[in-house]
Amino acid sequence: MAEQQPLEQEAPATNPLVLRPAPQISSAVTTHIIMRDVLVALAPATVMSVVLFGINALLVIATSVGSCVLFEYLWCRLRKTESTISDLSAAVTGLLLAFNVPSTLPLYMVVIGAFVAIIMTKELFGGLGRNFANPAIVGRIFLAVAFPVAMTTFAPPSIALSPVDVVSSATPLAPTAEPLSLLELLLGTHMGVLGETSALALLLGFVFLLVRPVVTWHIPVGYMGTVALLSLLAGKSPLEQLLSGGLVLGAIYMATDYSTCPATKRGKLVFGIGCGIITCLIRFFGNLNEGVAFSILFMNLLVPYIDQLTPNIPVGGEEIMAERRRARRAKGGEGHE
Amino acid sequence: MGRIGGGALARRRSVELRGIHIPHNKETAEFETVSMPVPKLIVLPMQQHVGAPCMPQVKRKQHVDVGQLVGHADARLTADIFSPVSGTVKEIRAIHYSNGVSDEAVVIEPDGEQTVHPAIEPPEVTDFASLVEALKHSGIVGLGGAGFPAWAKMNTDLSSIDTWLVNGAECEPYLSTDYREMIEHPDTILEGIKACLDLSGVPKSLICIENNKPKAIELLREMAADDPRIDVYELPARYPQGASRVILRNVTGRSVPRGGHLTDVGALLFNVTTMSEIGRFLRTGMPLTKRRLTIMGDAIANPMNLEVYVGTQISEILEFCGCAPGPRKVIVGGPMMGTTQVELNVPIVRQNCGLLAFGVNGPVVPRQTACIKCSRCIDHCPIRLSPIDIHKAYLARDVAALDRLMADLCVECGTCSYVCPSKQPLVQSTRLGRAMLRAEQRKAKGRR
Repeated sequence: MAEQQPLEQEAPATNPLVLRPAPQISSAVTTHIIMRDVLVALAPATVMSVVLFGINALLVIATSVGSCVLFEYLWCRLRKTESTISDLSAAVTGLLLAFNVPSTLPLYMVVIGAFVAIIMTKELFGGLGRNFANPAIVGRIFLAVAFPVAMTTFAPPSIALSPVDVVSSATPLAPTAEPLSLLELLLGTHMGVLGETSALALLLGFVFLLVRPVVTWHIPVGYMGTVALLSLLAGKSPLEQLLSGGLVLGAIYMATDYSTCPATKRGKLVFGIGCGIITCLIRFFGNLNEGVAFSILFMNLLVPYIDQLTPNIPVGGEEIMAERRRARRAKGGEGHE
Repeated sequence: MGRIGGGALARRRSVELRGIHIPHNKETAEFETVSMPVPKLIVLPMQQHVGAPCMPQVKRKQHVDVGQLVGHADARLTADIFSPVSGTVKEIRAIHYSNGVSDEAVVIEPDGEQTVHPAIEPPEVTDFASLVEALKHSGIVGLGGAGFPAWAKMNTDLSSIDTWLVNGAECEPYLSTDYREMIEHPDTILEGIKACLDLSGVPKSLICIENNKPKAIELLREMAADDPRIDVYELPARYPQGASRVILRNVTGRSVPRGGHLTDVGALLFNVTTMSEIGRFLRTGMPLTKRRLTIMGDAIANPMNLEVYVGTQISEILEFCGCAPGPRKVIVGGPMMGTTQVELNVPIVRQNCGLLAFGVNGPVVPRQTACIKCSRCIDHCPIRLSPIDIHKAYLARDVAALDRLMADLCVECGTCSYVCPSKQPLVQSTRLGRAMLRAEQRKAKGRR
């Protein structure tokens, strides 16, 4: 496409008019601004994590963000391509990865997680927009599998509403854990990884993302709604299920990752519901305490299929789409929805 | 198509195509129209419409009067071209547009007398066939920018048409020409509509106006109050409400099937200025020789709504409006769908709506980065297409995918490119992909 720069140089001095295909204007929203908005949305939760877990939390966040950005920069240098760190997507991945680990995690493990996220999950698949799985999720899962003890050793929060006696304890979802009050879950004054403790701070960021708008409601509401409904059916407290573990963080900030979620709003709703179902299956029947990361990863893998089955129906293409659906049904194959 | 019945409210909520908010920049909206004096030169291209180009009907050194036939073609789809001035034909030469298209043009040197051609008199119209016949000799085409000959649009079976839509949306930023027509000439607009309804038997007409033009809505509603067939419909002020498929969907809930026309679903759509010109033509018999342009941009010292003679060169108009020397970007039309110009000696033709000139601070589009799959293009496409997939299919020259994605339904509004945060050339690819798809479809038809 005709870029403006070369044309301007080629044009003779007597006729410097720019030739460019329409449209001549474009919105001020760029990738950089979107990622900046995500960082702003995560700010309340970042502050909350430092308040609760102190200087260690700050160190983990700085290491994670720093090494993610550094890995991306080095990768671009290695590939001799223009550096992409200014789009801030690596910083978002770094912050999300930090939110997924406990404040006590040794910093070299954080760097390993950042390597898995940025190099192995994102850049090896072509960089921003081309990765099939959420980098921070894969980083978290890698760390949880490689360093299971370190990843489940939590420091007590500085503010505690109920007495805390053990330094090493599982998440509130673990069967052995003491039950927590809803207020504690909302404020995050309990043990857990950095970013998933305070649901309130995360929800505040969600409102900001909806207003900007950076994300639509479809995935978070589909995800959390499904979990609430299934919890109710399983006879568990829906609020407790919603507010515990990484659900709010995952549903709002990780499942909504652009490159790893479906394209249409219908597809996003299906994706969110799917995440909710898998999370509940893992939580209620599985051996793991926490199912958010795995459920998002599983659904990431299904995105191409969801995209195929949930296209938008063009205005004027209604009959053609209906015919295609009928033809697909007649073939007997993918009867969906 | 199955949506024709049903309550108005339910219909609206379920189908409304919302569009996007783009800064309107319509600072000249309340500027009264200024008439430009007769220019030094008139350049009349022989194609100022959709259809077959005209053949020059005049010779070099021949004298012409205002309203005299200059170009005509014996074709199924065409529109005559008339002289907007009295003067002498200087030459007939080739002109070249910035989009690579060339055309033949009759160049007239005005004598400043503006003597009207003796044959000009109000047409005798008794029935719909005679209206169509009269409009064949009016030079009136779709003045919203499409340039589709008005007579040809009407020349169809009208028995199934239940709504005569009049498009006063004017959703392109900057432009106010249709708005000025509604404010300054509501009488001829309504005369045109009434004549068309009377003669065609179409039961109702809706004048569709974006709700950022409350004065026009109020004025036309008031003036049309005595005719129960005519009503004003308020559209949301969101781009691209003026696109024909969008306006049809939002007003009637119907959608035009792929490859079909508005008439297939019982509607006709004319631009509001086109209807006004029809009313004026029926009153005076003077063919279309002038048009209003919104002249704006940061290089223009005196932004205005300017009535120019069709065929006036861009350079003369820019001079008249006090354009700073050496503009960097000159756009004919609006910023979303207009075309940039590389030569300023090309003329304004009858379907042009605006002329924008920008200096160094003009609109610049930031550079392209990697697609982040944010699906903004998909969420905002007024036709609910998938622009990014069409873009990829075009880059892969995959005609089968372009067909599956129905790239030919695109209305080229440019919303996808506007909202894209990584600034992908989405509508640009779709235009090229659509051309590729159409070429392939023609080839397939030829083989059969």
